[in-house]
Amino acid sequence: MQPFEYARPRSTKEVVGLLSQYGSEAALLAGGTDLISLMKDGIVAPSVVVSLQSVQDLRGIRIGETEIRIGAGVTLEELRTNSDLGKRFPAVLQAIEGITSPQIRSVGTVGGDLCQRPRCWYYRNGFGLLASPNGQSMVREGDNRYHAILGNEGEALFVNPSSLAPALVALGATVSIEGSKGARQVPLNQFYTSPTAEGEKEYSLGDDEVVTAVVIPAGNLRSATYEVREREVLDWPLVTASVALEMNSGRVSKAAVVLGHVAPKPWVAESAAQFLVGQEINQETAEKSGEMAVSGARPLSHNAYKVRLARVAVKRALMRAAGMEV
Amino acid sequence: MADYKWPEMENRKLIGKRISRLDGPVKVSGRARYSADVNRPGMLYGAILHCPHGHARIIRLDVSRAKSMPGVKALRVIQDVGAEIQWALDEIVYLAADSETAARDAIRAIDIQYEILPHFVSAEEKDKAPDVKPAQADVKGDPDAAMAAAEVQVEGYYGIPTISHCCLEPHGQVCEWEGEKLTAWCSTQGVSVVPGQFAEALKIPASDVRVITPYMGGGFGSKFSVDRWGKECAELARDAGAPVKLMLERDAEQTIAGDRPSAYARIKIGCSRDGEIKAWSSESWGSGGLGGSGSPPIPYVFEVPDRKQQHSSVATNVAAARAWRAPNHPQACFLTMCALEDTAAKLGMDPLEFFRKNIHMTGRLSATYDQEFSIAEKMMDWKQRWRPRGTDKGTIRRGLGLSLHTWGGRGHRSSCEVLVYPDGLVEAKIGTQDLGTGTRTVIAIVLAETFGLPLDAVKVSMGDSAYPQSGPSGGSTTVGGVSSSTRRAAMDALEMVFAKVAPELGVEPSKLQAVNGKISVIDDASKSIDWKEAARAIGVNPISVTGQNPGPGDLTNSGVGGVQMAEVTVDVETGRVKVEKMVAVQDCGLIIDLKTAETQVYGALIMGIAYALSEEKIIDPVSGRMLNANMEFYKLPGIADIGDLEVHMMTGPGYDDRGVIGLGEPPVVSPGAVISNAVANAIGVRVPYLPLTPKRVLDALEKGGMA
Repeated sequence: MQPFEYARPRSTKEVVGLLSQYGSEAALLAGGTDLISLMKDGIVAPSVVVSLQSVQDLRGIRIGETEIRIGAGVTLEELRTNSDLGKRFPAVLQAIEGITSPQIRSVGTVGGDLCQRPRCWYYRNGFGLLASPNGQSMVREGDNRYHAILGNEGEALFVNPSSLAPALVALGATVSIEGSKGARQVPLNQFYTSPTAEGEKEYSLGDDEVVTAVVIPAGNLRSATYEVREREVLDWPLVTASVALEMNSGRVSKAAVVLGHVAPKPWVAESAAQFLVGQEINQETAEKSGEMAVSGARPLSHNAYKVRLARVAVKRALMRAAGMEV
Repeated sequence: MADYKWPEMENRKLIGKRISRLDGPVKVSGRARYSADVNRPGMLYGAILHCPHGHARIIRLDVSRAKSMPGVKALRVIQDVGAEIQWALDEIVYLAADSETAARDAIRAIDIQYEILPHFVSAEEKDKAPDVKPAQADVKGDPDAAMAAAEVQVEGYYGIPTISHCCLEPHGQVCEWEGEKLTAWCSTQGVSVVPGQFAEALKIPASDVRVITPYMGGGFGSKFSVDRWGKECAELARDAGAPVKLMLERDAEQTIAGDRPSAYARIKIGCSRDGEIKAWSSESWGSGGLGGSGSPPIPYVFEVPDRKQQHSSVATNVAAARAWRAPNHPQACFLTMCALEDTAAKLGMDPLEFFRKNIHMTGRLSATYDQEFSIAEKMMDWKQRWRPRGTDKGTIRRGLGLSLHTWGGRGHRSSCEVLVYPDGLVEAKIGTQDLGTGTRTVIAIVLAETFGLPLDAVKVSMGDSAYPQSGPSGGSTTVGGVSSSTRRAAMDALEMVFAKVAPELGVEPSKLQAVNGKISVIDDASKSIDWKEAARAIGVNPISVTGQNPGPGDLTNSGVGGVQMAEVTVDVETGRVKVEKMVAVQDCGLIIDLKTAETQVYGALIMGIAYALSEEKIIDPVSGRMLNANMEFYKLPGIADIGDLEVHMMTGPGYDDRGVIGLGEPPVVSPGAVISNAVANAIGVRVPYLPLTPKRVLDALEKGGMA
């Protein structure tokens, strides 16, 4: 690990000041569950580490009439144990319950979950985020059992690692960002990008910017998350599906279906959601929606099984949202 | 000379009881000091430059900048320009510096370039391998004729991957010189044998080396050697004139510190319609790195009269295999028991009935297996719960599987000095080590039992090469070795005490016994003296006797049998396998401590569930590097992944009277086969490979047309 300066600002304003000063040389430290391992493995080597742990204005959950604002510094455990939020947004609660490590939940934050870097083992072994050191994709030729099945036409073949993002995207959340030019709001599904060249990041955050909060519209949605992992113990999901449904006399009036861990971004399955509008949720419609969600999937050499898992995850998330047993 | 034997069942106060391990409290409270916990004054920290490529030649190496970095005290180039590196993370340069940070910074300052050479790491693809050594076909009887004549023939393909030992305590040591003498705190399975290895590598007399290992965090067969990192740690300490600590990083631990060879096989079994095995034919191969691999003993346990098997060893650019808990047996067991279960399924037979029908082919252990199956069958409620393969319907399907296994386990060569002090303390000094299995506790039990004392009246001094030599802990040989040498020494020492006190009690020494903290006259308990008083009679010098194994009297034995059963559920939509319950019935002769014996089996089942469900060394065909050399993607189960475990140890007549036999290996042999068989029973198709991940299960269902 290369030596670095350690800064402990007290406010978002101070954070932005430091980021403006140091630019890409700085890295933000929230819970540290990702950054520390990236630094130890030599994948990133910031000269300034800006701790967010004393930034009070990043903390707190505000439940308003029209929206719920969750500070980026709120820990996953705080979010999990907030019973009001759990009732409103089961999809979020279920996503956090999939992180089966009390240690990670206790230090990991909402902002950190959204901005953690991909777990692609070529990236983590130092071959770059796109893992094409000689213009040849190591992922395509190598072991891609955990890689993307959707949105993988380009250079990026890793999967978005966020546990919360699929649920939050399904719920129509936006992220609040502050930078030297002021604050901005971005719909979460537009926050993530698919890099086309080495050095580009997988989310749109300027060097001088920090995620300050996630804002979820207060609606009356039925939501659920279903994920498949290889183990019960802390493990990355193979696939996640989050769904949010607006119901009107037993039929879907509005729907969102979002897949996680299948693409470089949280994958919004438009047609799968569109199909549901006007339908009742039952085994048959849930299954059909699952099929539609993966209709454009293009598995790599070793991950065709993920297509099936994604299909099943959507089906089960829909059934779970509708209160059916899965 | 004493009549060396174990006490009769009715006279045992401690042996065979459930006794908690004596070092439990110091371990769970963190007071037990492992090699990495040793800190010496002025100690330096070692670090290693590893080659990142699967196969390469060093074309440039400049260490001058690293050498001049602040804090760097010694640096040794192990492989220089021109050297051909045959596997990823092979070591190139060792150095020592006054902090871990300085050592790592210096490693990064080394200027090295490689010419990358083609590598081969995919052992299953034997036909693409540049180097395959076929063994001679092993033929018994007339397998071709027997196969042709068999009423039913069943063919299958099976594969078990390479896995790492994944010791939670990595390999490593602290080395310190005092003049010409070396002290090394090593994480080792052989305190008594490592000094000789150091001596040979460092060209010093073995008597000048002392190895200390009071506590050990797992070896599983990977820690018998001083290893290059041991030698280089000592060399760095000598060069720098200061102690050096060098423990492997996790990625190196997973990549180069040992693995279990892979095995793949095409197997054909011929049998009669009513389930009698007639013929076996197999072609198998596997790899344990560049040197290839040994041949798994297939068909396993079942001596099929007409059989042929041929095993090829495939060379790969992977660090060398090391003995992994029951070397070659888990592979042989998986290949054989899966093929047998597939045969039973094709015949439409209950595998329990099928195994029993052929149990006579298991030789002298057949009665043991038969008794064990009877017990396991009840524990699993097999008759009620077993259903023919693939008949369970629905999304979550339930299945049962079984397997059996064997191992040797005779006690190794061991010396133990037993001292009786005038204040009554009894001490054993023995150059053995406790890998976490309970060796310390077992020695204490043997001492206390022999002297008729409570456990807290005896002391066990071990984990130090200054004590009498005892064999390395491998192959389930430790408990038989150390219990036998301790028992012999203790009985001799007790005879000497008897001789001292006999006149006072007015009887011949042979009429005395040591029970309940007293020495008393056999058949006349009214005549006795307290142990403390008796000890005073020995005078100012302690009694010291050294006992040996092997030696007179049958205290240890060899050859055990065990059977296991598993119940699993499989979600056929997600491919998720859950082990609901495992049953293990195990024989290991006379059990010294029933509790540590049972926990040994629990541990083996957990390790078995790991390699059955999730554990695999994933080597990248592109870079030649291990992709999951961490605890994130090298997937060990958590407690919620384990299910219910039930263990039954065979004890009593027919078992106890065999003497003490080791237990480390046998229970870890069957889990892969048992769980794979249960999954096949649940879902109706064989998943040919371990580990049974969702991918493998779904792929098998799809291939079987059942997706």
